[in-house]
Amino acid sequence: MTTSILKPTRRQFLAASAAIGGTALIGGRPASAAVDWKRFAGTTLDVNLVKSPRSEIILKHLSEFEELTGIKVNAEATPEQQQRQKTVIELSTGRPSFDVVHLSYHVQKRQFEKGGWLADISGFMKDPSLTDPSLVEGDFAEAGLLFAKDSDGTMRSLPFSVDYWIVYWNRELFEKHGLSYPTSFDELVAAAEKITDPSSNTYGFVARGLKNANTPVWTSLMLGYGATPISADGKVQATSKEAVEAAKLYQRLMTKAAPPGVSGFNWAEAQSAFLQGRIGMWFDGVGFAPPIEDPQKSRVVGKVGYGVIPKGPAAQAAGTFGDGIGVVEASTKKEAGYLFCQWVISHDMGARLLQAGAGVPYRQSILEDAKVREGVKMPGEWLDAVVASGKVSRLALPVIIPVTEFRDIYGVALTNMIGGADPEAELKNATAQFEPVLARSEG
Amino acid sequence: MASVSIDNPMTRGKQEKRSKPSRLAPNYWPFVLPALIVIAAVIVFPWVFTLWMSVNSWTLGQPRVFAGFANYVRLAQDARFWESLWHTATYTVLSVILPLFLGTLAALVFDAKFPLRGFLRGVFVMPMMATPVAVALVWTMMYHPQLGVLNYLLSLVGLGPQEWIYNQSTVIPSLVLVETWQWTPLVMLIVLGGLAAVPREPYESAEIDGANAWQKFRYLTMPMIAPFLMIAVIIRSIDAVKSFDIIYAMTQGGPGTASETINIYLYNTAFAYYDIGYGSAMAVVFFVIIVALSFVLLMVRQRANWSDVENR
Repeated sequence: MTTSILKPTRRQFLAASAAIGGTALIGGRPASAAVDWKRFAGTTLDVNLVKSPRSEIILKHLSEFEELTGIKVNAEATPEQQQRQKTVIELSTGRPSFDVVHLSYHVQKRQFEKGGWLADISGFMKDPSLTDPSLVEGDFAEAGLLFAKDSDGTMRSLPFSVDYWIVYWNRELFEKHGLSYPTSFDELVAAAEKITDPSSNTYGFVARGLKNANTPVWTSLMLGYGATPISADGKVQATSKEAVEAAKLYQRLMTKAAPPGVSGFNWAEAQSAFLQGRIGMWFDGVGFAPPIEDPQKSRVVGKVGYGVIPKGPAAQAAGTFGDGIGVVEASTKKEAGYLFCQWVISHDMGARLLQAGAGVPYRQSILEDAKVREGVKMPGEWLDAVVASGKVSRLALPVIIPVTEFRDIYGVALTNMIGGADPEAELKNATAQFEPVLARSEG
Repeated sequence: MASVSIDNPMTRGKQEKRSKPSRLAPNYWPFVLPALIVIAAVIVFPWVFTLWMSVNSWTLGQPRVFAGFANYVRLAQDARFWESLWHTATYTVLSVILPLFLGTLAALVFDAKFPLRGFLRGVFVMPMMATPVAVALVWTMMYHPQLGVLNYLLSLVGLGPQEWIYNQSTVIPSLVLVETWQWTPLVMLIVLGGLAAVPREPYESAEIDGANAWQKFRYLTMPMIAPFLMIAVIIRSIDAVKSFDIIYAMTQGGPGTASETINIYLYNTAFAYYDIGYGSAMAVVFFVIIVALSFVLLMVRQRANWSDVENR
């Protein structure tokens, strides 16, 4: 009996199908013929991750990477705050205990850049024996490249997951008041105030009020006024007319339409309140969506709409945050570390991230893949909001070293505003405190 | 009269030691050395290093520069530092007074004999056994303005909802309430120990003299348990002034900086802003404050002991 590729026997067909299926299971796309994945077999990598749903996906599928490359990975995942402290302290010693690090771009980018802590991976990205042909800079969302590159354009990390701020809105409460999803800041305020009814413990709006956590709310609103708190040349412009207007909007929403005690709310308290079904709108990161559609945790399953932030007086801009993964400069296993980073942001891993609702990959090829979209467990409207937010994405926090001080100092001012303080005076006071901090950090 | 001398091995040894101190003294060093090394490494070195860091300007990731007393001058001009000092003082005073009062009251109750006393004592000391972070998480949920049980209980008695730790004006009293709930049993145990040692005779004499219950407490019980109360004050003061876990887990020093104590500010400065030099200066000043406080408390305790001796 003769066989050919065009006319396979049943056994050959099954064997080929199994091979294709098997390849897909271990991450088909990264395992391209050109990349020599086994080149660093026998190496041991130490990886430091932020404990989050994103790192849980990495840890869950880690054995696939080990099988693919023969590289042994010792991965450690610690909560965000502690991980940031640990990595910075270790990196500043010059001898960190890890080869690969997971970093929060919106807080650590400039600090890592100034410390020179991440290896230059530009050369690796051009090396076909190290990089899959599908991994090209053009595939990343613009925000990802802004985060991943140094000020001189050197690629220092690979963008892993992006977090756009969207508006979660309770359809039931909107319908009850005859409202539709707002298209402008004015409509947003009007809807929030119309829904608010303290006698029934119902409020139109909730967002973070806790010091530090609340600053991105204000800066995200500020983007709608066409402004940022710090100019491109590093000047603080947090007392500008637009910044004050954004602060006034924040104050109005948080005092007239938010639940009592909101000045102590971080995202978790805001989320808890929204899940009870008595909040009209919740403004926060897109990554907090999964519990909303979980019947075990939520009273608003199937009742929630996901909207791109409405247009401000000057622009429609979705505040953007995110994290990346990079190889540390002090590592002696840079290429192996780079292979790990590449696997983390590969098509299959990105698809898993998106489908689980754990995060949003920066790679457009993943977001646009119809098969990947079909597998997303979150409602289609959520994914639409993600894609639409990507089109109006703007970095919401300044790329400076003292991001935490910035968030703390202006965060206190915002909390005071919830207590009734004058926005303009508070911003002036905060700026007077922050300017010397910024000067010291860059000096 | 012939004198008799007794060769006492005990006194002989002492005489020999006195006559040849230089030969024996150096031999003690090998025994002392390990302890000295440990103390130098664990206590002396960190303090010398902290002092050294406090006169440097050093933010992690940036070069270290000698700054002299610049960090201390900055500290003196830092309104947030003075505010945190005030919060620390308020929190400490309230966290000492309330458990002291309630703990003494509980000790008097548990000193009396009544059914199930042992069981109830056990129940009463349970909060003390819980991990502070777990306590903080439970109380955070209880304080939640919309979902918390405390506002529900208030509503049952016709009172309006409170914002507890979510309001700048009520955050410190709300945190003190948690501290009081957890540490009143400790004061109770200390005072109960004191009450157990109080003799019965003075009370019998007082009863014969016609003293009422308050007079017996004021003029007999209080003076006799005063040393125990002093110990409770010292332990509670040291505990409250360095309190970190409950405050950090519940408010992180907020809303705003309304519950930011020196510990929280110091932690943020060193480990969130990575300003190690300034954080070290703050640690040095905080250390001086604690030493001064301990000195005052020990002096008071010493004075109480002297007056106790004089009264005897």
